[in-house]
Amino acid sequence: MTLTMEAPVPVFDDEATDRKLAIICSKGSLDMAYPGLVLANAALGEGIETHLFFTFWGFDIINKETMGHLHFTPVGNPATHMSPMLMGLPGMTAFATHMMKKQIEGIDVPDVPEFLELITDAGGHLWACRMSADMMHLTDADLYERVEGIISAADFIELSDGAQTIFI
Amino acid sequence: MSLATISGHEVHVDDEGFMTEYDEWNEGLGRQLAVNIGIDLTERHLEAIRFLRDDYETQGETATLRRVSTLGGIPTKELFELFPKKPAKKMSYIAGLPKPAGCV
Repeated sequence: MTLTMEAPVPVFDDEATDRKLAIICSKGSLDMAYPGLVLANAALGEGIETHLFFTFWGFDIINKETMGHLHFTPVGNPATHMSPMLMGLPGMTAFATHMMKKQIEGIDVPDVPEFLELITDAGGHLWACRMSADMMHLTDADLYERVEGIISAADFIELSDGAQTIFI
Repeated sequence: MSLATISGHEVHVDDEGFMTEYDEWNEGLGRQLAVNIGIDLTERHLEAIRFLRDDYETQGETATLRRVSTLGGIPTKELFELFPKKPAKKMSYIAGLPKPAGCV
């Protein structure tokens, strides 16, 4: 007869939890918005302090006017595996955007506004870039209400101290 | 996967200690698993755990956090309060299920 051992207990609150992540979102197309959102959400689920910094075209992700209507343009995108000539046809961007949104919804992944809600509910921090706001003449009132503030590049460098930084 | 004991019961677990046989779990074991990771199960915790168990039975995979909040009716914020820091992994451990495989 063999004696069975007490089951091991997984270590959940290990040092990895002290990790910190900063994600710079600089692109506002649908296909470039999702990687940052997915990574942020995954990091938060691992107990990692997570900051998202939206700059330049990334502003479209947190601009109330545009956040629900990001586009995917297949022009010049080799990943579509289709003729570049076809991709440039009128209406192709709308069609490709529609298809991508359907695919995203099909795998039960939220749209951009809901995704930001999910991320902030999970404790994530959203920041907007001062220079982009000035360039585009946007203020807090134009931005998604859960954005914590419009901050300078130096502020971002300060708050990302000790963080692993990802630029998208 | 190997045989091990959790509060005197022989069950199958993986290398980390997650139970691997759906039918070997019961709420008593769930309570012990929760104690193991420092969680005192309340009725609200159990609502989440029961949703996870029922959902696994029909879906064949562990629900992601988003699924627990949208279908299970427990908001994301609350899940992070009930199962601090790593809610998805902690919930699946207590529920005797594999970690969720989905990205979102």
